[in-house]
Amino acid sequence: MARQPDGPPPPPTVQKLRIRYAKRGRLRFASHRDLARTLERALRRAQVPMAFSAGFSPHPKISYLGAAPTGSASEAEYLEIGLSVRCDPEAVRTALDAALPQDVAVLDCVEAGEGTGSLADRIDASLWRVELPGVTLEELQPAVDAFLASDVVTVAKRTKNGLKDIDARAAVTSASAADEAGCAILHMVVRQVTPAVRPDDVLAALTAVADLRPPLPARAVREAQGRLDDTGTVADPLGPDRAARISAPEERATI
Amino acid sequence: MTGETLYPRLEPLLAQIQKPIQYVGGELNAQVKPWDGAAVHWALMYPDAYEVGLPNQGLMILYEVLNERPDALAERTYAVWPDLAGLMRENGVPQFTVDGHRAVRDFDLLGVSFATELGYTNLLEALDLAGIPILAADRDETHPVVVAGGHAAFNPEPVADFVDAAVLGDGEQAVGDITDVVKAWKAQGSPGGRVELLARLARVEGVYVPRFYSVSYGADGAIAAVTRTRDDVPARIGKRTVMDLDEWPYPKTPIVPLAESVHERMSVEIFRGCTRGCRFCQAGMITRPVRERTITGIGSMVERGLKATGYEEVGLLSLSSADHSEIGQLAKQLADRYEGTNTSLSLPSTRVDAFNVTLANELSRNGRRSGLTFAPEGGSERIRRVINKTVSKEDLVRTVTTAYANGWQQVKLYFMCGLPTETDEDVLEIADLAVEVIRAGREASGRKDIRCTVSIGGFVPKPHTPFQWAAQASADTIDHRLRVLRQAINADKRVGRSIGLRYHDGKPGVIEGLLSRGDRRVGRVIERVWRDGGRFDGWSEHFSYDRWTAAAAEELEPFGVDLDSFTTRERTEDEVLPWDHLDSGLDKEFLWEDWQDALKEEEVADCRWTPCYDCGVCPTMGTEIQIGPTGRSLLPLTVV
Repeated sequence: MARQPDGPPPPPTVQKLRIRYAKRGRLRFASHRDLARTLERALRRAQVPMAFSAGFSPHPKISYLGAAPTGSASEAEYLEIGLSVRCDPEAVRTALDAALPQDVAVLDCVEAGEGTGSLADRIDASLWRVELPGVTLEELQPAVDAFLASDVVTVAKRTKNGLKDIDARAAVTSASAADEAGCAILHMVVRQVTPAVRPDDVLAALTAVADLRPPLPARAVREAQGRLDDTGTVADPLGPDRAARISAPEERATI
Repeated sequence: MTGETLYPRLEPLLAQIQKPIQYVGGELNAQVKPWDGAAVHWALMYPDAYEVGLPNQGLMILYEVLNERPDALAERTYAVWPDLAGLMRENGVPQFTVDGHRAVRDFDLLGVSFATELGYTNLLEALDLAGIPILAADRDETHPVVVAGGHAAFNPEPVADFVDAAVLGDGEQAVGDITDVVKAWKAQGSPGGRVELLARLARVEGVYVPRFYSVSYGADGAIAAVTRTRDDVPARIGKRTVMDLDEWPYPKTPIVPLAESVHERMSVEIFRGCTRGCRFCQAGMITRPVRERTITGIGSMVERGLKATGYEEVGLLSLSSADHSEIGQLAKQLADRYEGTNTSLSLPSTRVDAFNVTLANELSRNGRRSGLTFAPEGGSERIRRVINKTVSKEDLVRTVTTAYANGWQQVKLYFMCGLPTETDEDVLEIADLAVEVIRAGREASGRKDIRCTVSIGGFVPKPHTPFQWAAQASADTIDHRLRVLRQAINADKRVGRSIGLRYHDGKPGVIEGLLSRGDRRVGRVIERVWRDGGRFDGWSEHFSYDRWTAAAAEELEPFGVDLDSFTTRERTEDEVLPWDHLDSGLDKEFLWEDWQDALKEEEVADCRWTPCYDCGVCPTMGTEIQIGPTGRSLLPLTVV
């Protein structure tokens, strides 16, 4: 008979917090796994009373939502944590932010609203901003126009099983070109589909339709994630939780 | 400008390579001090990939010790993978530190920690990428002083042409002394240039400057003599020894990487040195005497380190952790302290001893009992007497069976093959042992799903050990013994399927042997291999045996020696060994007698519990054994 852990089961989850955080600067080179390890250690250092799974190798209750790819910065990454002791969300935000490296910032922390549904259901698209150093607006604009005029743009994507052809066009619901200090900027809204269409794939599509070849690596930033609405933009996924909190204020403990 | 950041030039390259996170720095507890505020700048290198180098305790200790000085600055640099190295050369980006992304070339000193000799080609690659001449003789006062440290520095002769200096022994105090010398020399306006600076360093205790020693060879190719070329440097260089480890509680704030590394845990060194006297073990020989950290000193390091890092596991490190005089109390009290906090405690591989199962049970009180590792090292009782790591077969089987009975599902056993006097029969006993362990373990635990993994590597004789005279087994011998062992384990399918065998072929060990016991002539081989593209020799996907043997054949031929002269050849008592002028404190006569005792299968006891057997270290170095028990105990932590 296998050993079982002695003692009582771990305390249950009494509160769920939803957190928006940013990865910036050098840490855009962190992978999702790198960030997950860093966040879990920061939660320990910040002494956030995490709820743990049962068994011999208890894991803190954290779920991550669609992580930005390695190399991309983001202002809108989301995760949800389960706590074993109720805490003031703002106190958790401050403590966690202080325990993280400078280039990871905790922007928002709200309590999951009762009956508001899952966070994952509130996210189906990303708003991207891609800086293209060495590319001018005059070069980018026709490429974006050609891309938008196409129904399908097939690009080769590296996956676990080797190169695979995907359509980079259908997932892009809007795209536009702009200029900032002589550097072309691509703004776009991309639906989260499987297999994922990432900024790199859209850039490969611009090469395919208009032979746009940026001389330097592009810098992509995910500016927002959320549910695509009728106006073509994305809604704040923490909105329903905020609304629930305003309508039902409760007593809170602090950490 | 000196000391400026290279990051803006590096960043575009990072988008094009694998695992860029390892090059960006910014880890928790990393430091970037202002360049101009420091009089002496150290770049500290671990000559392997970031994921291997980052957890290295030696480098982390020196990084903190140096950065605590207001007049010094230390940053880290690691070997860059070939994908980035290629882009750096194309774009003119030199070897950089991961902290401030400063050019290594701008630093006053480049300290390189050699835990293994297989990092030598990575040193040459880093020097070349840094824009530092690979030959010490070609450097001037604008170049960093290249200082080697770590266990391999006890025979730095193979890299004598490439390093300016080597530090023997513990680095904590030596780096301070070196900093003082460099600071004073710079403040005086660099009098006498680089040669004067090196001469001053050569007078620092524990510092060896190879250029001030010349080596002559006899007609037979053997070393005739090693003589100093100036009379103001010591004839023999003695190692450094740090006493009272509680005074040196480093690392206090270990660096926590973002990237995945080989040890995802915090380590606390619970004692340094070992007097068990295992004859193959260079670490045990060159780090004597035993110096324990006290139970309370360990407790506060664990507490402080966990707070500073957020790690969920603490490793209690040393060469033989269960030998700490208060290990039982330590294990119990730490387990009490961290009960219910999801913090786990671990010991590295241990001697085969039933007490170690009790300890492991205590440390895993509320955790999973997945794997336990023992290191019998030798397959037969006879060979275990030769290597002085005696344990009877009965005790071994009983200990492992106890582990299974206590809920441990997997036991890993470490062995070596190619030990002096070894025959096929000695190695084949490993198979008998594994079979017996599984049979007894199934019976004791009442389970069929227990496993035993036999991990076996080729033995490489090392300097400053009784086996420094031994003939190394050839790659063919090692491969043959591994083959017969594999066949024997697979012979009985019903038991064999519960036994795993992990091994490496014998070829890398031959090259490690060349680099371990080589002399200055081997430097030509290292340079040739690097010029032919050799890098990351510790990685099987990068290591090329053919490249090494071809380079050795060509470069050693003019000297009238060959690869075998350094590896499979047994040395004689009167031979001048390349490291004889480097003093680990061990008397050469003691080592020779211990070598003769090994051949007679005679054991030697541990001087912690039996009278001194005159290895020579304590009187030569003015040191003494520092062990408990202190009788102190850890108080429970106050709940925050």
